[in-house]
Parts: sequence; C-alpha cells; structure tokens
Amino acid sequence: MSEVFTTAVMIAVVASAIRLAVPLLLASLGETFGQRSGVLNLGVDGIMLLGAFTGYYAVLKTGNVWLGLFAAGIVGLALGVASAVIAVTLKAEQGISGIGIYLFGLGMSDLLFQKLVGTPIPIDTFPTVNVPLLADIPYIGEMFFQHNLVIYLAFAAIPVATFVMNKTTFGMNVRAVGEYPDAADTLGVSVSGVRYATQIIGGTLAGLAGGVLAISLGIFQQNLTNGAGFIAIALVYFGAWRPIGIMLGALLFGFVNALVLELKTLEIIPRDLSNIAAMAPAIITILALVFVARRFRAPSALTKPFTRGK
Amino acid sequence: MSINLSNKQRRYLAYSIPVLAVFAALLFGAIMLVLLGANPFKGYSEMFIGAFGSGDALIATLLKATPLLFVGTGIVIAFRAGVINIGAEGQMVLGGLFATMAALYLPEMPAIIMVPLVLIAGVIGGALWGWIPGALKAYYRVNEILSTIMLNIVAVQLMAYLLRGPLIDPAEIERGTRIPQTARLAESADLPILFGDRLHIGPVLAVLCAIATYYLLWRTPLGYRLRAVGLSEHAARYAGIPVRRTIALALTLSGALAGLAGAVLVFGSESHRMVTDGSTMGFTGGAGFNGIVAALLGGLHPLWTIPASFLFGGLIVGGQALQRAVQVPSALIVALNGLVVIFVVAADRYRAKLLSVDTSEEAFAKSDSEDDSEDHAAAGMGAVHDAAPDGTHSFDPEDSS
Repeated sequence: MSEVFTTAVMIAVVASAIRLAVPLLLASLGETFGQRSGVLNLGVDGIMLLGAFTGYYAVLKTGNVWLGLFAAGIVGLALGVASAVIAVTLKAEQGISGIGIYLFGLGMSDLLFQKLVGTPIPIDTFPTVNVPLLADIPYIGEMFFQHNLVIYLAFAAIPVATFVMNKTTFGMNVRAVGEYPDAADTLGVSVSGVRYATQIIGGTLAGLAGGVLAISLGIFQQNLTNGAGFIAIALVYFGAWRPIGIMLGALLFGFVNALVLELKTLEIIPRDLSNIAAMAPAIITILALVFVARRFRAPSALTKPFTRGK
Repeated sequence: MSINLSNKQRRYLAYSIPVLAVFAALLFGAIMLVLLGANPFKGYSEMFIGAFGSGDALIATLLKATPLLFVGTGIVIAFRAGVINIGAEGQMVLGGLFATMAALYLPEMPAIIMVPLVLIAGVIGGALWGWIPGALKAYYRVNEILSTIMLNIVAVQLMAYLLRGPLIDPAEIERGTRIPQTARLAESADLPILFGDRLHIGPVLAVLCAIATYYLLWRTPLGYRLRAVGLSEHAARYAGIPVRRTIALALTLSGALAGLAGAVLVFGSESHRMVTDGSTMGFTGGAGFNGIVAALLGGLHPLWTIPASFLFGGLIVGGQALQRAVQVPSALIVALNGLVVIFVVAADRYRAKLLSVDTSEEAFAKSDSEDDSEDHAAAGMGAVHDAAPDGTHSFDPEDSS
C-alpha cells in the first residue's frame, strides 16, 4: 500500500480530481438554477453528450478549442430552450421527459459522430496555463495552479453563482418562483419567464460541461459522459442547492474517481473488482441523499408546473 | 375547455392524444431521415412491415412487448401510488441476475418446478431493488427519481462484476476469450415454448400480470390504499392508511414486475444465457424506460397498457427493420426513442386535462364504485400533481410530514 501514499501519487490524484470535478461542477451549477426555480431537468446527461460532440466536432474542423467550447455552449443553449418548452410550456412530467431528452442526446450524439466523423480522431486539448508565481510553489503549485484556463474559470463561476442567486433581483426571482410561484406571480414576476431563463442557463452550462469534457480528453466516443449528467443532478441535492456545497460535492466525486483510477493503474484494485469500485460514486450519492434529505428541504415547487390561479 | 364535448367524446379524444404524440415523434423522425439522406416513406413502410407484416414479425413484436408490459404494469402501480419509478432498468438487471443465479446454483429439477422457481427468484431480485428506493423515500424522504437512477448505475456495475467474475462461463476462461456471459443455463429453466420455435409463455404471463394488477388496484383493499396515497397523502393519512408502508410497497411491487421482466428476458432468450455489454440497455433493450412510455400510452391503466405495449413493441421491432432497410446507424433508434418519450410525456397533461372533469374530488369519492376505473385512469399523472390541494406534492417527500 505504501506506493499509494507517495507524494507524487497524491499530488497527481488531487490535480486529476480537480480536472474531473469541472464538468460535474459546471453542469451542476446550471441545474441548481433550474431546481431553485422549481424545474428538475433530468436531461442534463443528454445535453452534455450533444455539447461534447459539438465541441469535439468544432475543434476537429477548426482546430480552435475556444470555438469548440463556444459551439458546445450554443448547442446547450438551444437544448435548454427545448427543455423549457417541454417542462414549462407543455408542463410535461419532468421526471420522465428528462429521460426522453437523455435518450435523444445519447442517440443523437452517437448518430452524428458515426455520420460525420466515424473513427475517433484525437483533437487539440486546452493549453495549460501556469499561474505566475503560484505555480512554482512546491506541491501546491502542481496540484492547484498548473491547469487549463477553463478550470480556473469554472471555479471562479462559483462565487459568481452564489452572488447572482443571493444578491441580485434575478436570483431572488429564481428562488421566489421555486418556493412560492403563486406569490411571485401576484407580485408581477413572470414564473414562466424566470423558468425559461434558468433552463437556458442550465442548458448552456450543461453543453459547456460536455464540451469541456470532450476537449479536455481530446476525444469523443459513444456515451462519453458515462452518466456524469445524472451524477451532476444528484450533486445539486448533495450540495443542498447551494453553489459552495455543490463545489465540495463535485470535488469529492472528482477525488473518488481520480483515486479509483489511480488505484486501478497501480493495480491495487484488481481488475476483477474494478466494477465494484465503479459503484462507489452512486453509493456515496445515495448515502448523501439520505443525509441531505434529513437536514435540507428541496425548493417546494420543484417538479410542479405552474398554472395561474391554482 | 371551451369546446363542449360529451364525456364520451372527451374520453375518446383523450385516449387518442398519446397515439397522436407518437405520430408527431415519428414525423420528427422523418425529418431526421431526410437529413440523413434516407427516404422516410420507404423507411416507415419497412418499419410497419417489420413490426406487423408477417407471422415472424408479429412474434418478434410480441416478444419485444413482453418486458414493456411487465415494466409498464409496474409503472402503473407506482404512479397510482404517486411515485415515479425510473429504476426499472436496474430492477430488470437484478431480476435477471437473481434468476440466473437460481438456475446456476439450484440442483437439477423438472421444468414444472424449475421455471416457477427461477421466475420467483427474478421477482425477488427486482422487488429488492424496488424496495430500497421505496424505503428510502418512505422513511428517509429521499427523492426516488434520484435514488433509482443511482441504483441503475449500481446494478449495471454489479452485473458486469458478476458476469465477468463469479458467474462467468468456465468455457470463456478456458478459451481465454472472457466474454462476460454465463454458461448455457439449465435447460429445465427454459421458458416453455407455445408456438413455433421462439414464442414462449412470457407474453401470456405478462398479460396475466396486467389483469392481476387491474384486480389488485380496483378490487382489493390494498389497491384502494395504493390509489388513495397517490391521490392525496394527507387524506390517506387521515383515513388511517399507513402511508409510508404503502409507498415502500408500491415501489417494491413495481420493482418485482420489472424483475420478472428481467428473468423472462434471460430464460426466454435464444442463447439461454445472461450476457452483458456493460450497459443496462444492452440487457434490457431500454425496456425499463420504454415501459414508462407504454404505461403512459395505456393511460396508466393496466388493461390498456396491454395493447399499448404491443404497439410500442412493434415500434421498436419496426425501428430495427427501418434502420436495416435504409442503412442508418442504430443510434437513430435511440434518438427516436427519446423523441417518443418526450412527445408522449408532453402530451400526457392534455390527456389528463380532457378527463379532469371526471377526476380529482369526484373520482376519489366514488373510487370504490364499480365502473369508475377508466375515468379514474384518466387522472393519470395529472392527479399526481393536482390532487394535493394543500400544495404538498407526493414527489417531494420533504414536504410530506
């Protein structure tokens, strides 16, 4: 076991935990806005997959990673609008329509990949940006300050999200619509308008999360996310609907995933048991849900479509 | 509703809405086919022929419909009690695994004992995987949508672990190919064949389960309790119904039926083995999700779910024929499947709305009378949202106590 705890291994695990946390973090932050406004979008994984393919394809064609990320965000935005039409305007049962969006994204991303690309061709990945001075600190620098720009931006988004949610009119409207839609409506807040906005934010961030995933890996394949979108939804509960809690949850998941990967590479987890180890995130999530459900309350209008005068 | 319709017209219109939704999804699919450079008319005619055009096609459709009907029936039970079961995929896997283990480890026995035993093992596996989220929801207020999705992930890893390790066909190890599959399971556990060489008793069992569920829900005190909890948890609690136990039971029953579907898939398969490609859908064919659609198409009524499953089974079998005929990647079918789910679910509220005149308070008040079952079915998912006048919501256990 001694080789697990060498400094080099631990540094690598922490650094990779941070990288793995970012797609989850982005998708989860977006989903938080949706859930805070009373809409559960279960289709995140499907949106991530389509964002991932779009990002991959755009980079493949243009060679520009930022353009790839932009394209992923645009596709996410469009799917966010579609999700809003389904959940807000058509008032579909969110627990099921989201599964439809997921299946659509799963099939569509694979279909487009097979039609437009076929065999996986590696693409450019984000360039690493060493933070001046900080990157040179022994150990710490390697763990936290030798990442790509997207990772720094994703973590910077957390205080921004907290601020928007708690200190701006829009954030207050989001929370009002998620807790007391009737009251918000009476005060002239457009319940549908706010929910459309949160679905668009959520969709865009999910698309970006997929784009980040594909461009970081430099590859696309069928079901690239492998259920990360569902974990991202669970993280919203895990983090009790608060951006800081979500960041901690995403880091924990990143860490568990990174550790399992590392233990597999070092062959400390035998190949036979790798499937058992892969259950860890889902089981941790279930246990966390038990814990969170005891202490925190979901937005009271979550999954409830709004109809005026009811 | 501004248009005046008689109750009967209203009901017919309501029942046609999910079917129209399927057509809308197929129309969308036609656009995708055109974009892919395929002829949608050729595609859809091949689809129809592939699903219903010959004896073989009909048998394939029946077999495809079987897991949908088991799962769909379970979904109806869960929905009626106000819970959403997204976990049928995992429950099917557990049912398949339990049944497989029973066949591998039980001593050789005559088929008349063996077949029921392995099916019961499947029921137990699925029930267990339904009971977990049920109990978590009832006693720890854990949202069942999330817990069932997580349990799907656990189930697929468990399946991969067992089929790669303890349950693997010894011949795979000898050959060194290590395909994650079991040996050919005991022949005495093969599902008896009714007709030809493929049509086994699975479809009959599924229809019997749907009928039994109808009786359970509308002719027994337990069914009354399940529906009462689904219509209003608070009212049910005042009436002295053990709400928590009923919620846990609803998911357990729902899981049990999905588990049976998994067992039938294994013992009705052509290879008579359990195999995994590392995904739940590789084993279930997506029946755990599509069963939900079948239940919605059937208006959340166990008997209507029978023809609905048959139609939806045809859609899947036909989809495969379409895909072969016009040479598009099979991923198209998954994408189309997603569209069908979205369109049917999005249309469901309108179906419920058309029938809402008959439901809410009235339906609850007369729910033990003889002829209300269809009106009542109409409440559907609408009821889940609308029936709690005090603003509580059954999906949201946080509010419930």
